[in-house]
Amino acid sequence: MLIRKPTDIPSSEITSETIYLQRRKFMGQSAAIIAAAGFGLPAPIVKAGLQEDDDVTPEQIVTQYNNFYEFGTGKSDPFENAGALTTDPWTVSVSGEAKKTGDFAFEDIIKGLTPQERIYRFRCVEAWSMVVPWMGIPLKQVLEQFEPTGDAKYVVFKTLYRPEEMVGQRSFFSSIDWPYLEGLRMDEAYHPLSIMAVGLYGKELPNQNGAPWRLMVPWKYGFKSIKSVVSIHFSRRQPVNTWQALASHEYGFYANVNPAVDHPRWSQASERRLPSSIFDPNRRPTLPFNGYAEEVADLYRGMDLRKFY
Amino acid sequence: MKGLSLPNPRWLKTTLWVALSMPLLWLGVLIIKELQQTNSGLGTEPTEALLHYLGEWSLILVLLAFAVSPLRRRLGWPWLGQHRRFIGLFAFIYVCLHVLTYAGLYAQFQLAVLLDDFVYRSYITAGIGAFLALLLMALTSTRGWRRRLKENWRRLHRLIYVATFFAIVHLLWLRKDSGLAEAIYLLIYIGLVAERIVYHWQRRRSA
Repeated sequence: MLIRKPTDIPSSEITSETIYLQRRKFMGQSAAIIAAAGFGLPAPIVKAGLQEDDDVTPEQIVTQYNNFYEFGTGKSDPFENAGALTTDPWTVSVSGEAKKTGDFAFEDIIKGLTPQERIYRFRCVEAWSMVVPWMGIPLKQVLEQFEPTGDAKYVVFKTLYRPEEMVGQRSFFSSIDWPYLEGLRMDEAYHPLSIMAVGLYGKELPNQNGAPWRLMVPWKYGFKSIKSVVSIHFSRRQPVNTWQALASHEYGFYANVNPAVDHPRWSQASERRLPSSIFDPNRRPTLPFNGYAEEVADLYRGMDLRKFY
Repeated sequence: MKGLSLPNPRWLKTTLWVALSMPLLWLGVLIIKELQQTNSGLGTEPTEALLHYLGEWSLILVLLAFAVSPLRRRLGWPWLGQHRRFIGLFAFIYVCLHVLTYAGLYAQFQLAVLLDDFVYRSYITAGIGAFLALLLMALTSTRGWRRRLKENWRRLHRLIYVATFFAIVHLLWLRKDSGLAEAIYLLIYIGLVAERIVYHWQRRRSA
């Protein structure tokens, strides 16, 4: 399989608002790297798939307009309710087809791994989109630590289930079967664009965006990028992800951004790029694989994308 | 409260005018704020916010119009019936603004987008169904039409059952997961239909 190496952009092009504030413990452990970035030494930054007119979405929108049903179904609910979430201590349980399984402290998993800035397009299945500067660790580096065996064909993630802190999980009307579950094929997970995001705009990841860490696979609809992950399971079988379980004719396992395959209830041909104004919803055509076709299309060679949506 | 017969007070119409206009006045405030500074009055997706605000109030007012007859009967307020047309037409204004926002601001009057939506998006098909039913009712709401259609007028205006039902389906199909508000609207609708069934059953028994 041919994987093109994403272009490295010199640090001189990093936006001035970027400040490399990191999670406290993280900072101590990778002080050298943070310091290097602070002194203007080259830091890896990836802008693969970005178009000329892809302006970074204002931070206020990225942190206050979210889908995170654990905190309510309204777009501002996560911002309003996620303050109740305790992210320290944070334990991640690793299980399945791997040599190193068990419960790990979040700090120990990311210890020694270098967060990189990745400016990605983000496309929600509801047809709005953003451009977000993440700080993240390549998922491959995270997963390889657990030494998955040859039987690991899929990796399955789960979000925290803690109704006392997550008001949406207490909702009587929701038909979601908590905890939220998502998965990737191993080759998708090992793709260089797949990251575990730990920060936004050079700051610690806010709770409403999935603290302390969340998946980010930019060529798939946003619901694939599971937040506040507490479980990693290496599986032989393809999992049934949360939205697929709820409405399999609307949400598939792959969920690759595809303008040619409409959601049954709305068109996916175009998207509303945020921010938008009252007289201009800022519509633009949606690109195959959200603009990352060059990097990821090979993963799906020979597959009928209408069938595997 | 039952049997309490207030004389049809003149202020009632004024009160209704003011009360039913309130959501629009508030929307006016939000739009002015929005025009002064983008995303301040109507939030991150102003077009969506406007669309949903008008849609939600349309549904509430249509439900209110649907509630007039049961309320009149159960509370013993015969004068309420005289304002049914007024409430219905007011609801229709909200509905028209909702439809205009959708066609103009959301679909940007692009015929291809509109047709695609009408045919393939079932929640929009349901919405169009509700709109057409309400349109027919609004057009025939005058005294002249009432006289001309005679007994058929009552039959035609039973479209309110269809319109309200489609409006709720329109909302439910739009949501990815349901919440409290959707459940309340649905319960109110079921309650209002149940009242009518009970009422007609009682009348037939006493006849």
